[in-house]
Amino acid sequence: MSWISVFDVLGPNMIGPSSSHTAGAVSMARLARGLAVGKLKRVEFILYGSFARTYQGHGTDRALLGGIMGFRPDDRRIPDSFAIADRIGLEYSFVPDRTETDLHPNTADMVITSEDGRVMRIRGESLGGGKVRITRINEAEVDITGEYETIVVMHEDKPGAAAHITRCLSEAGANIAFMKLFRESRGSMACSVVELDGQIPAKAAEDIRNHPCVRDVMLLRR
Amino acid sequence: METDFKNGKELLQLCQEQNCAISEAMKRREWAQGELEPEEGMRRMRKVLKIMKESCRTPLQAPRKSVGGLIGGEARKLNRLREEGKSLCGGMLNRAAAYAMATLEVNASMGLIVAAPTAGASGVVPGVLLAMQDVYGLSDAQLTEGLFNAGAIGYLAMRNATVAGAVGGCQAEVGVASAMAASAAVQLMGGSPGQCLEAASAALMHMLGLVCDPIGGLVECPCQGRNAAGAANALTAAELALAGIRQPIPFDEMLGVMYATGRKLPPELRETAMGGCAAAPSGCRYAKSMGLPCP
Repeated sequence: MSWISVFDVLGPNMIGPSSSHTAGAVSMARLARGLAVGKLKRVEFILYGSFARTYQGHGTDRALLGGIMGFRPDDRRIPDSFAIADRIGLEYSFVPDRTETDLHPNTADMVITSEDGRVMRIRGESLGGGKVRITRINEAEVDITGEYETIVVMHEDKPGAAAHITRCLSEAGANIAFMKLFRESRGSMACSVVELDGQIPAKAAEDIRNHPCVRDVMLLRR
Repeated sequence: METDFKNGKELLQLCQEQNCAISEAMKRREWAQGELEPEEGMRRMRKVLKIMKESCRTPLQAPRKSVGGLIGGEARKLNRLREEGKSLCGGMLNRAAAYAMATLEVNASMGLIVAAPTAGASGVVPGVLLAMQDVYGLSDAQLTEGLFNAGAIGYLAMRNATVAGAVGGCQAEVGVASAMAASAAVQLMGGSPGQCLEAASAALMHMLGLVCDPIGGLVECPCQGRNAAGAANALTAAELALAGIRQPIPFDEMLGVMYATGRKLPPELRETAMGGCAAAPSGCRYAKSMGLPCP
């Protein structure tokens, strides 16, 4: 485990009842929201393992929906997230999958449809104590924790793409904490995940977008 | 100035060399090694205390049924018993139990709490600290010091053992929370850092082996009652330490014992809802009626 703060002991500040099944669910869906593009039309949550068995009693459903709407784990609107989603016209459904057992016990797939018709499938795992990670974006297996400001770049798997990303960042004066490149299991797309010390410079994000290989740039702010 | 400590022994050494309380040592570590400036850190800790107060008090006036339906209203009943002059345990213990159970009620009804160190054990530390504030008139600044002290104990448990019920059973959640509260209580009563660790060690020892067996897998029962028991245990352990009663097993060893014991618990008794109270016929009947897991 990394360095432990007093606020890792006395925290997170969270809507109950469970750090893994409620707070973690909010966080993973909030990360997924950051990865999706444009206004959301509908979202389907596919729940696995312990999530599939106990999601209602832990409010995992309301937590996931709240996270998709951008709520943080301590947001008091979480218990009312069904009503809030209905009001803003966001469609949602929950599908427990009790057959798939070869996954982390607290896993959800979030199938997000934007108003322009684009569909993204994002997988999150709740690791305990409110910690989470995103392990899949569409066909690419990734590892994103959201503990840093993070830039996720979907790009063609061609030479020069990674160099372009790091050049844009260094020109904007950003300090890279970690950088990982993930390839889709099928196809020719890749996904670069860059975690930064400090904030993402807006200019760097714009510059990264400006390259023929780059399809999408997503920013996960803390 | 050295600010790092990896175990209780090093913590005591730091406190002795720098002639400071455990809370101060924890603050120095946080400001030197963590991301937060002291001002921002203190602001955050005051926010922690504010949320804790709310979660301890709201259910006394406005009880709410939990999402799973197993709990709700217990804290108000306890409080009324005391107000009517019928409390068996008296002001301190009655309040600590009521506040601890109140926090679990808030947690189980999707209200805002502070995990301390977990959501399932979130009632113990605020229960003890706020009861002490009521009875001894402690200031919020003093309670904040208590929270840093408790944080030091919880940090050592996270670093050198576990605070996850799925790994170590309830002794790792409510047991550790109880050790945190006991140590904080000793400091607030003027005890030495050594006495704080004696109290933490005793609290762990008294809860050794406690299993995690939530009915239907929900953080409701037996979790809520165990938070009251954890608060009572913390007060007992602190009282022993303040009386000068020494523990034959030091805190660091006791953490190791707790961790080793936790790993020997069968999986049925580690948060899977497959054993203990969750497997009792009544627990199972309830779980089945709600479509929740049971053996």
